[in-house]
Amino acid sequence: MKRCFHGKKSLCVLLVTALLAMAVLGGCADGTGESSEDNSSKESTVESTQTDSAESGETTGADASGESTEPEGSESGSAEDAASGQETGDRYGGSIVVGVQQDIDSLDPHKATAAGTKEIIFNIFEGLVKPDENGNLINAVASDYTISEDGLVYTFTLRDNVKFHNGNVVTAEDVKYSLERVSGLLDGTPLISTLSTIKSVDILDEKTVQVTVENANTELIYSFVAAIIPAGSGEDETADPIGTGPFSFVSYKPQQGIVLAKNPDYWQEGLPYLDQVEFKIINSADTALLELQGGTIDFYAYLTDSQAQALQGSHQVISSPTNMVQALFLNNAVEPLNDVRVRQAISYALDKESINDFVGGGNGTLLSSAMLPTLKEYYVDLNDTYGTTANVEKAKELMADAGYADGFDMEIAIVSTYEFHMQTGEVIVEQLKEIGINATIKGMENSSWLDEVYNGRQFDATITALTCDMTPGYLMNRFQTESSKNFINFQSAEYDEIYAKAQAALDPDEKAGYYKELQKILCDQAGSVFIQAPANQTAISSKLEGYKFYPVYVQDMSTVYITE
Amino acid sequence: MGRTFREMERTPREEGGSWKDRIPWNKYFLAGLVMTGLALALGILGLFWTPYSTTAMSASEKFDPPSLLHIFGTDNFGRDIFSRVMKGLGTTIGISGLVVLFSGSAGILLGALTGYFGGLADEIVMRVTDAVNGFPSILLTLVIISLLGSGRQNVIISLGIVFVPSYVRIVRSEYLKLRDADYIRRARLLGVKDVRILFVHILPNIFSVFWVSVMIGFNNAILAESGMSYLGIGVQPPEASLGNMLSDAQGYLQAAPWYALSVGLSIVWVVLGFSLFSEGIRRGKCE
Amino acid sequence: MKYLGKKTITLIMTLFLVSVAAFLAFQIIPGDVVMSILGTEATPEREEQLREELGLGDPPAVRYLNWMTGVLKGDLGVSYRYSKNMNEMMPVAELIGDKLPVTLWLAAVSLALIVLVSIPLGVLWVRSGSRVLDAALGVITQATMAVPSFFLGILVTFVFGIILKFFAPGGYISYQEDFSGFLGYLLFPALSIALPKIAMTARFLRNSMLTEVGTDYVRTAYSKGCTKRRVMYVHVLRNAMMPVVTFLGMIVAEIVAGSIVIEQVFSLPGIGRLLISAISTRDFPVVQILILYITFVVIFVYFLVDILYRVIDPRISGK
Repeated sequence: MKRCFHGKKSLCVLLVTALLAMAVLGGCADGTGESSEDNSSKESTVESTQTDSAESGETTGADASGESTEPEGSESGSAEDAASGQETGDRYGGSIVVGVQQDIDSLDPHKATAAGTKEIIFNIFEGLVKPDENGNLINAVASDYTISEDGLVYTFTLRDNVKFHNGNVVTAEDVKYSLERVSGLLDGTPLISTLSTIKSVDILDEKTVQVTVENANTELIYSFVAAIIPAGSGEDETADPIGTGPFSFVSYKPQQGIVLAKNPDYWQEGLPYLDQVEFKIINSADTALLELQGGTIDFYAYLTDSQAQALQGSHQVISSPTNMVQALFLNNAVEPLNDVRVRQAISYALDKESINDFVGGGNGTLLSSAMLPTLKEYYVDLNDTYGTTANVEKAKELMADAGYADGFDMEIAIVSTYEFHMQTGEVIVEQLKEIGINATIKGMENSSWLDEVYNGRQFDATITALTCDMTPGYLMNRFQTESSKNFINFQSAEYDEIYAKAQAALDPDEKAGYYKELQKILCDQAGSVFIQAPANQTAISSKLEGYKFYPVYVQDMSTVYITE
Repeated sequence: MGRTFREMERTPREEGGSWKDRIPWNKYFLAGLVMTGLALALGILGLFWTPYSTTAMSASEKFDPPSLLHIFGTDNFGRDIFSRVMKGLGTTIGISGLVVLFSGSAGILLGALTGYFGGLADEIVMRVTDAVNGFPSILLTLVIISLLGSGRQNVIISLGIVFVPSYVRIVRSEYLKLRDADYIRRARLLGVKDVRILFVHILPNIFSVFWVSVMIGFNNAILAESGMSYLGIGVQPPEASLGNMLSDAQGYLQAAPWYALSVGLSIVWVVLGFSLFSEGIRRGKCE
Repeated sequence: MKYLGKKTITLIMTLFLVSVAAFLAFQIIPGDVVMSILGTEATPEREEQLREELGLGDPPAVRYLNWMTGVLKGDLGVSYRYSKNMNEMMPVAELIGDKLPVTLWLAAVSLALIVLVSIPLGVLWVRSGSRVLDAALGVITQATMAVPSFFLGILVTFVFGIILKFFAPGGYISYQEDFSGFLGYLLFPALSIALPKIAMTARFLRNSMLTEVGTDYVRTAYSKGCTKRRVMYVHVLRNAMMPVVTFLGMIVAEIVAGSIVIEQVFSLPGIGRLLISAISTRDFPVVQILILYITFVVIFVYFLVDILYRVIDPRISGK
């Protein structure tokens, strides 16, 4: 049985990656894409039940390797691997260089907050659970978990024989330490705000950890992606980052990059393929293009449209939606933007389609509120409210109503190194002229922007993108009147009330209903002008296969392999 | 009596006929005049009129290569690059002019006072000048811009400050030289007020030296302004400046090489024109 | 000697002023260090904790004293921004030590290019006597001096990187991995720095040599029957080189400053790029040390040039 399973599993991974590769090569024809999904669901019934249970967040996360309580299982598995290894043998080995835009903000997985860091250290660290490429949770360091009826007690069963990169097996103590560290139980400083609701972490036996929380929230399970690290490593002065992920940390050089090596003990059989992955920091998008062409990097996400076009033919260029919401954020507390009619007028005046065409090559997904379409159950399409092209008549009417028929001056603050937002700003300035608004761009450094705009709220308007995680509450949370992250000073008692209800709701449908209402309020009140979820155009060297796109901001290198 | 004073006071100004005779008609001067004249004319014209709108965007005309319609081609928003270069010339030259005016006058004032009177104030000013000179100017502008924020006025202020020391040095050394000149001693003996000596007796005589440093300063200001806008800390888009256009253009070096080339060469044109012009003046009529 | 002492005191005074100015400037610059490090997603408790860790609660004077005594003892502090490992921040000394070789080698290669090209060029210029060559070099050098370094960098990238494919733009090779590859890559940014300076130095040398050619001793040498070649190389060049050496000293100071921009254009991980990013992320420990360091290098080079000038030309020290 065990034998069978392991063989099946690696076969399944192979099949999925092979089909994915075919889909990629075949220009991603719809048919191929679907059949790949079909196959994977048939072959890996075990995994899909696991996914389902994670989604509903109830009862057991039935994981197959949970059945296999004997650690020898891995041995028999590798025997199977060898049998089917004929075509897979040459997948192993090699090293690649991945270009990334941002430097690491911290090598401590609990203190790292930048999306650009999280996408890299996803390869080093894992939580009890982790996201998969479909936006669902799968079990990682835990093989199984249950949540009590009232949603207050989480019981995690640890997967057998998961090893840290230092060779030690993950114990219940490590899990307890990690969770107490992020929740602030250790020293009173919570590092991940959603987990500060944890009241206690108790070790039931050497394989079982029970977590008790203060408030029930069905979205909380997504926060258990927080990295599990060796007990005490947060205090060890010289500790290299050690996790349980498919790659282990080798070295980091400021402004140059981070090198990772294969974790030979990784618990997912057969992964990863590559021996080494280097994440190289590229300081400008122009250089990235030249480096891709010169072959000094093999992989780069977030290309501009003209770069994507330049790379067609020589590279695999794949467009996927990002989990970001780009918007012209309006400060609801300053004149004349405190008038809802003015904000609505601006919403009508913007031609989102042409912004998308000019700046994103038409690949972005147009939005009208702060929710991503990838969160299918919660998203509601509100693009009809203001339309996606300019309605200058309607906008002028509203401006006149508000007493600004002649327009006004407005300053749009943008972090000047974000070229995408700067260009969006240029287009918007031009579009706002139509209704008499004389907008100017104020280019700022990121730190000044954070200080003045985000924290100080001293601004008229600003263009930026907010990154979302897997939970719908993540973006909606900040628009509550009293939220410390409500930098646009959005005020709506109705919104606050419904948000509280959404958080308390335990029934998924009810919860989704509330979230849809919230989006509608935000859109109708024109809290800001939500523009798009920009497309992420990724260039992948033609010799690489097996990359999986995630709907969250991660770059999973474990399934990538070299074909040549 | 007053007349004698006047005579005695007379400074050994260059003897010359009318202004026409003083123009150095050498080939450097001519080439510089033509190049600078063209750039200035385009820049000034650009303030009032450009062949196309400098901001209106057109998706269908993105990245048109140079043609008779658009002699420099179009950019990533379908805007006419030549029109934007005209606007950018105006912006860049205007800013540089103000920078030179600001730093030049401050330089004369500080240099004259410290060079003529010397003393503790001189010592302090010279130490500060040394410190500022020791600072690479780009570093100083970066720091000042971090303080003030980016944008047109702040570029003028920060460059203005950065450029003052170079003028102070030159003016000071000239004053230092001339304050002990015979005609100045004589003027002092005759009881001429210091202010009059400073600005009536000495100032006209340092102009030939000062003029050259103004020209060099102007050139440096153009380079500095475009450099700052290139780094994204100067003039902000969509306002056109040669520097920020070049920074945009760098991203399209392959898709639209004409963009970077036409903008970059425009900067070279202006700088070269001015340096030829000042070289011509420096050489005078002898060549 | 008295002069030397006075100059040294001035040097130290200037460095002190710069250190105070650098420190003060960053007390008033807008932008919160803590926010800048943590971004928008951290918990308020974490922000508070970090503020304490960094000692930002102390008054500026105390912080300046702490910092300065540390620097004098050789402790340059730790970066606010870059991690060394999971729990420690990168010491500034280590951070700069890693980047400094890049900048120094860039400067060295640039200087080598300048010396190797400009001196033969200057000599050729004076020796040829051809009016066409003279005019052509005059125009070319003048034009080269008018190209801003960042545009020159773009041109070099375009011509040698994209069209001729002599190097992979952005494909910087670490000096620890492959030193000759590293130097090969540096050649192109160095070229961007060197070209205008070559033009400047060649012109300077030419003028300097022309001045010497007209002097009495050269005429004497000719009248003694020296060959033109001998006069050129033994008398004229040697004497004309004196001011050129001091001129090159100033060029070195300019290269150090000029590399800040060129490192951006060619994405070289040197101290220039470190400086720009440290300013924008408010990594003050790094910025302050870098400012002090760069200022020190520049002032020290000027100082050396000054001394050298006195040694070479005894007429000046009379004053």
